Amino acid sequence: MTVTLFIPCFVDALFPQAGISMVQILERLGHKIVCPEAIACCGQPAFNSGYWDESRVVAVKVLEQLRDAETVVIGSGSCGAMLKNFYPGLFADTPHEKLAKAVSERTWEFSEFLVDKLGVTDLGARFPHKVTFHDGCHGLRELHIKKPPRALLSHVQGLELLEMTEAETCCGFGGTFAAKFPMISAAMGEVKCASAIETGAEYIVSNDSSCLMQIQGLLSRQGNALKTIHLAEVLNQE
Amino acid sequence: MSTFASQFLQDAGRATDNSDQRRFIRTALGNYEIARDRHKGSFQDWQGARQLAAGIKWEAVNHLDKYLEQFVLKLESRGTKVHWASTGLQARETILQIVRKKKAHSIIKSKAMTSEEIHLNDALEKEGLQVVESDLGEFIVQLRHETPYHIVFPCMHLRRGEISALFQRELGSAPTNDPEELTMIARRVLRKKYITADVGITGANFAIADAGMVSITENEGNARLTAALPKTLITLIGIEKILPRLEDLALFLPMLATMGAGQQLTCYNTLYAGPRQPGESDGPEEWHVVLLDNHRTQLLADTEQRDALHCIRCGACLNVCPIFRNVGGHAYGTTYSGPIGSVITPHLRGLQDWKHLSNASSLCGACTETCPVKIDLHHHLLQNRRNAAQEKPAFLERFAYQIFSLLVTKPALWSLAKKMGRAMQPLHKIIQGTPLDPAKSWTQSRELPRLAPESFKDWWRKRR
Repeated sequence: MTVTLFIPCFVDALFPQAGISMVQILERLGHKIVCPEAIACCGQPAFNSGYWDESRVVAVKVLEQLRDAETVVIGSGSCGAMLKNFYPGLFADTPHEKLAKAVSERTWEFSEFLVDKLGVTDLGARFPHKVTFHDGCHGLRELHIKKPPRALLSHVQGLELLEMTEAETCCGFGGTFAAKFPMISAAMGEVKCASAIETGAEYIVSNDSSCLMQIQGLLSRQGNALKTIHLAEVLNQE
Repeated sequence: MSTFASQFLQDAGRATDNSDQRRFIRTALGNYEIARDRHKGSFQDWQGARQLAAGIKWEAVNHLDKYLEQFVLKLESRGTKVHWASTGLQARETILQIVRKKKAHSIIKSKAMTSEEIHLNDALEKEGLQVVESDLGEFIVQLRHETPYHIVFPCMHLRRGEISALFQRELGSAPTNDPEELTMIARRVLRKKYITADVGITGANFAIADAGMVSITENEGNARLTAALPKTLITLIGIEKILPRLEDLALFLPMLATMGAGQQLTCYNTLYAGPRQPGESDGPEEWHVVLLDNHRTQLLADTEQRDALHCIRCGACLNVCPIFRNVGGHAYGTTYSGPIGSVITPHLRGLQDWKHLSNASSLCGACTETCPVKIDLHHHLLQNRRNAAQEKPAFLERFAYQIFSLLVTKPALWSLAKKMGRAMQPLHKIIQGTPLDPAKSWTQSRELPRLAPESFKDWWRKRR
């Protein structure tokens, strides 16, 4: 099928490898990939701060680009939640309401798309490391994705998944929250990092690069060798 | 920035710096979670129970007029005097009048967050009355001249040693680290107060419409003594505490106990139907019930957030909230802390002054997932942010989002921004951490990620 890949702004600029891995994985599975040039962001930063008019300016562009998309796949639970859960409300009582609902129904988070839509759990990946998985809050509680990433990781050769006690606890990123309330955000991140370190894992894996940006930022500052990596990159290792 | 907002930043900063205290709170709440989950298991279908409870509260809140009327008629038929208070001031005045009429000198209280909300103790003390809190935790924070730290656990922030030192200082007791002995010290003081108090004041957990009864849940029996011993009893109830039927308690009492304190059922659950009736051996001669609105009808009028009135004040959302766990209850600076406090405080005390609490959240949704009556808590925080920005946009913030919107909707501009960012990156190393650093709020505690030499879009374009 033709898959329209939505690359979030921070993946584009900071973590392109996560996006590239998604393209390569989906192509290996025989799908045609489309990446609309004009989409850069879902509009979530403005939306979460309450500036819905400014957010709509961005989101309208996204909707128009995705008008004819058969299936939309997003490698971020947070942006996925924006398209799936928040666009319909953002465009309620506007001319784009119907389109927002239609796009919402066609949108999948990457791991959910592989497991629940395509029925694929084994991608033939090999990653001989101990890893722990961080559930991004939007993926977990807005999109209710808990099992798919774990199903995918369980089929990676050599990978040992060590669950941390605080797997479902927020890492403290929360978009602009991290900048507006840095002390609370960092305190939350410390709890997350300590829990991950305790497992003895070498990598923290997540399906959301924005959480990993926060976690990696703290770990690097602490001088800890624990690394972060996006789920798609793990699944793309051979 | 409102003064409340800058106070919050200051207090939250101090709290997050105290890693020892944060660990202490996390451990306490970790133990709570284990107990809570064990008792959640006693419900055959927890999600079904939540759905049912939310449905019952929806019915109560959406027919508040009908159920309140039913409740009041039933109460009055047994001789209870019912007072309506639309504001905190009115509630205080009503209570003061009753107390003055009784020529009271001393008052014994059982824990009531509504009384904290209207600053009742201050008003009574200004009148020259002696007011003593009878709940152990509340008694302790009263001795410290503090507000409750948590809706359910008023003094959960204190260690035994601190309580012992407080009792030595304030009550002249001997030092001890034994919780039972500490309880006994407080009890010895409180027992005298029950007997000598002229008036007792309680809150309420539920107001039962069809039975015309008030339900009070507690672990220490202090509310029973407060209600039974003084000749005059005053009960202050928020109007949202209504449940339609007595049988609804079969669901709500175990639910409150489980989510509130991780108990199967709280030790004492009492129903109050009226003052002492002819032939009865105990109970107050007079019972006054004060029904408090204090902006609750305003919240009722907000169809989007009306479900915030479902709240049974179990505190479960505070317990799971990573913000609460790290900043603690006092940093919120308001009676109701945690997620529910961040949702309702702007309604109770003004949006512009209190919008910072709605912003101080990562919107992780742990609260919404936990809430036993299914209040859409974290989405209400989003709505508060939207309402605040619509009502009074912050000029700089809005301008920043306008620029951002422009950047991400014009591919050429977005590409240019990335190029400029990459060019500036080496420069950032020099200014990092200085007042010139535009990313200072990030870099003060975290490393900034490096912009990729080749963005995804560059890669994609080249590939095609």
